[in-house]
Amino acid sequence: MSVILPAIRSGVAGGIGEPAQRPDGVPKVRGEFAYGSDLWAPFMLWGATVRSPHPHARIRAIDVSPALSLPGVAAALTYRDVPGRRTYGLEVPDQPVLAWDRVRYQGEPVAIVAADHPERARRAAQLVRVDYEPLEPLTSPELALRPGAPQLHPSGNVTRRVVIRRGDLDATAEVVVEGTYELGMQDQAALGPEAGLAVPAQDGGVDLYVATQWLHGDRTQIAASLGIAPERVRITLAGVGGAFGAREDLSMQIHACLLALRTGRPVKMVYSRQESFFGHVHRHPGQLHYEHRATRDGRLVLVRARILLDGGAYTSSSPAVCANAACFAVGPYQCPNADIEAMVAFTNNPPCGAMRGFGAVQTCFAYESQMDRLAAELGMDPVELRLRNAFSDAGAMLPTGQQVEGSVPVPELLRRLRDLPLPPALNPNPDPRWLPGGVGNTSRAESVRRGVGYAVGFKNVGYSEGSDDYSTARVRLELGPSGPVARVATAAAEVGQGLVTVCTQIVRTELGVAEVTVGTADTSLGSSGSSSASRQTYCTGGAVRAACQAVRDELLRRAQERLDRRRPEPVARQGSFSLRGGMVVTRDGQVVAEMAELLAPGPIEMTHEFHHRPTHPLDPRTGQGDAHVQYAFAAHRAVVDVDLELGLVRVVELATAQDVGRAINPQAVEGQMEGGAAQGLGLALMEEIQLAEGRMLNPSFTDYLIPTTLDMPPVRTELLELADPHSPYGLKGVGEPPVLSSTPAIVAALRAATGRQLTRVPVRPDDLVGLGESETASPS
Amino acid sequence: MEFWQPQSLTEALEIREQGAEPVAGGTDLMVDLNFDRRRPKALLDLSQLPELREWDRVDGWLRLGAALTYTRAIAELGGLLPGLVLASRTVGSPQIRNRGTLGGNLATASPAGDALPPLMAAGAEVELVSRRGTRRLPLPAFLLGPKRSALADDELVAAVWVPPARGPQQFAKVGPRNAMVIAVCSLALDLDPERRRVGCAIGSVGPTVLRATEAERFLEGTLEESDWAALPAAAQGRFGELVAAAARPIDDLRGSAAYRRHALSVLARRCLAWAWTDGSWA
Repeated sequence: MSVILPAIRSGVAGGIGEPAQRPDGVPKVRGEFAYGSDLWAPFMLWGATVRSPHPHARIRAIDVSPALSLPGVAAALTYRDVPGRRTYGLEVPDQPVLAWDRVRYQGEPVAIVAADHPERARRAAQLVRVDYEPLEPLTSPELALRPGAPQLHPSGNVTRRVVIRRGDLDATAEVVVEGTYELGMQDQAALGPEAGLAVPAQDGGVDLYVATQWLHGDRTQIAASLGIAPERVRITLAGVGGAFGAREDLSMQIHACLLALRTGRPVKMVYSRQESFFGHVHRHPGQLHYEHRATRDGRLVLVRARILLDGGAYTSSSPAVCANAACFAVGPYQCPNADIEAMVAFTNNPPCGAMRGFGAVQTCFAYESQMDRLAAELGMDPVELRLRNAFSDAGAMLPTGQQVEGSVPVPELLRRLRDLPLPPALNPNPDPRWLPGGVGNTSRAESVRRGVGYAVGFKNVGYSEGSDDYSTARVRLELGPSGPVARVATAAAEVGQGLVTVCTQIVRTELGVAEVTVGTADTSLGSSGSSSASRQTYCTGGAVRAACQAVRDELLRRAQERLDRRRPEPVARQGSFSLRGGMVVTRDGQVVAEMAELLAPGPIEMTHEFHHRPTHPLDPRTGQGDAHVQYAFAAHRAVVDVDLELGLVRVVELATAQDVGRAINPQAVEGQMEGGAAQGLGLALMEEIQLAEGRMLNPSFTDYLIPTTLDMPPVRTELLELADPHSPYGLKGVGEPPVLSSTPAIVAALRAATGRQLTRVPVRPDDLVGLGESETASPS
Repeated sequence: MEFWQPQSLTEALEIREQGAEPVAGGTDLMVDLNFDRRRPKALLDLSQLPELREWDRVDGWLRLGAALTYTRAIAELGGLLPGLVLASRTVGSPQIRNRGTLGGNLATASPAGDALPPLMAAGAEVELVSRRGTRRLPLPAFLLGPKRSALADDELVAAVWVPPARGPQQFAKVGPRNAMVIAVCSLALDLDPERRRVGCAIGSVGPTVLRATEAERFLEGTLEESDWAALPAAAQGRFGELVAAAARPIDDLRGSAAYRRHALSVLARRCLAWAWTDGSWA
């Protein structure tokens, strides 16, 4: 049973708290939704990218003339053709738009071409001659940090180092457990590859239609490299086929604009699946060494963590990922003493950056594995150990010294999962598809053992460390042919998370207008910030609500004005009016005016910027500071069946409990909870970009495996709605928390079934049958 | 690129002689085209040839047309070739099974071809046709190496000939995902109790699908002595060892050689036990 607050009554259906069906759902299932890759313009050209085959090389020369001599080729450009800043980047502009002098990862763009046919563009790209002098690649953070290692950037090979120290760093305790944990490189594996269409404009600017996560963030970087004013780069969101962080960094945006401005024709670029693996950042692989000290009765005394993440070739969002890894390194547990160091290093591996969970995934796997190890050492039930240390209303302080405000539901999340009945035991004569091995027909339940595991995680919502994180929304209320119509405009990217539905629900609740349209996001109004950090419902939802409130105030002012005109002596004050069912009414329910009448003089349009409360940087020496604005918590229970002889796994059930503050659209919230659990299952069991000497071995869905319906079990969702006093409607970001503890819960269940340590994810069949080279060895 | 869509086998063979690349379901070829691994000058579409689509009983054999899809094999061959049906179920997704064909699996000659172990275990022969004539090759003679076969430049795979099952057949395939996965290793077992014949073939553990001949001979010896009572556990274990010994696996991104060998011995023991207990035919 889930606790769902009653919907706010606004006189119209489809307001907040009601399950709302997304408008893109049916078209997507029917194959009728237009994605970025479906864009088309008359006379358009197709762009293609020349990429480095080497993970590390010096570029001696680039010759594009053979490509230009191919009929149908309109342009072939290199770094020399970048009129503005030759680099870009989310936090530090250190990534070349097109490489010169040196390439630092396999797949780095070196040249771009445009031709009248996609196939011709691809061939032209193959004709570009690049003379490389291959260099020894730095293929791990350990190598990159060794004294004397070649420097990949002028600043050195350390992308960022965050140290958090709190309390007595030498505090001793009766029980000490240590462990080293490792995570492979996960890919966002969004089904829609990078795609966009750049159309040159008569004012020397460009109109770009692109599947992205942050229109204004793109615009700033594109304009800098094109060397034109940001106003002349107009971006419209194209259909996005999933994002998960992969679209935070630029991919084809600047390239398509450069080609469009050079040729004077629209230029479309679409990555293939294979190119997509090279064309976006991935989740940071990491090695995490932990030491937990605790009393005999299971109270944490000190947590020491040394976290080393592979940032790959460029900065991307590594600094913020690094801070997250450090801030959440202890988990949602009270611990008086903490000694944490998180570091990201540059290597010649593919660049790593944003992916759902953003630094909190890596640490959650490590600290939850440690909690299980500690429970085993103490002979204590793992859930009981967690309950003894969990953040709660009695105390919830991060090692940064920041207090979690409002209600802290960690014990409740864990108890709910523990109290859920377990799924039925293994059927002795099951359909093999429900057994480990699935359709492979590998088992008739011989050597299958069940395991159960628990984990809980948390992370921040919204941008942190002093960012001015805000969103802009415009709401226009006007009289349509059949009554009042509200139109919402924002620059917030709908990437599949369901923001369009949320905006509609908020307007219905605030204005009581049934007819609501949400325009396609574009840069014609102010920034809405990124569709990341689980922040859009909070920030853009907040902006839409505030704009609605401004519209309502104007309506009520008009109502007052009207009343004043009719009766000279004021009978009611505007403050006591309210909107109900399309009418302005007094407190005792008397109708003052119909909304339609009030709109007759003209539409009402209000724009609002919503800023979340300020956050603060971490002290560079001690890591202390109120760096985050909101925290969100979720927990998982995993039930697995493991074939002990073959090391194959069937996850029988995932149960998850999450505090969402307020479920604006419960249906979409459950979708996030299920999807996040699936992505965590992928990391636990199969998803990894395998690398050898900096080269990707499996850039395809043939060999980069993501869970199928036979891998993903039913998900039981338990929703808690404990309002955050500071956020719109009390809501908490819901996008990322579901991915955090799914992975460690599954691995804990695997450990319970096999008795093995399993310190690395994804867990391979070899590990489950004890053939792994060593506990933490990397794959060959 | 030229695209030929002949309406008869005769016409197809003429075009094939000009060097056109055959395509049936396209589930292998199109991947290669998309990854730019192959750029054939001409494609020869076999989908319109009724001669290739059907299956029949001829001289005590089953003759399966090369363009028979996995979906049809699953629907139509259940009682006749249970091993092939089990293997067909493990191929890709429903969409791939609707398109992919047995002939395509043979012509691609991948050591991971899912249909190949049950065909080899059953003693199948491949019918190759060209304007020069028709020839039949036992599967081990047809499969020469990883993605290399005895198919000549002017030949097409016309059909595969398989004796109908005379006893239990089993197939099992290991992959790190529960569906839609390329085999890390696979095993097919075919028991003919009347003739005391055993077929056992293994996939994804060598340059081609391999026959585990020593394991077959060992089991044939056991069948000789057995009265089909309980299967001796020692024989099961020995069979598993011999199957694993027949493997020539490598380490690659899909799995380690050590795991493949280990998993194969487990599959061998299990498939044998299932075949034995399913032996109500005895």
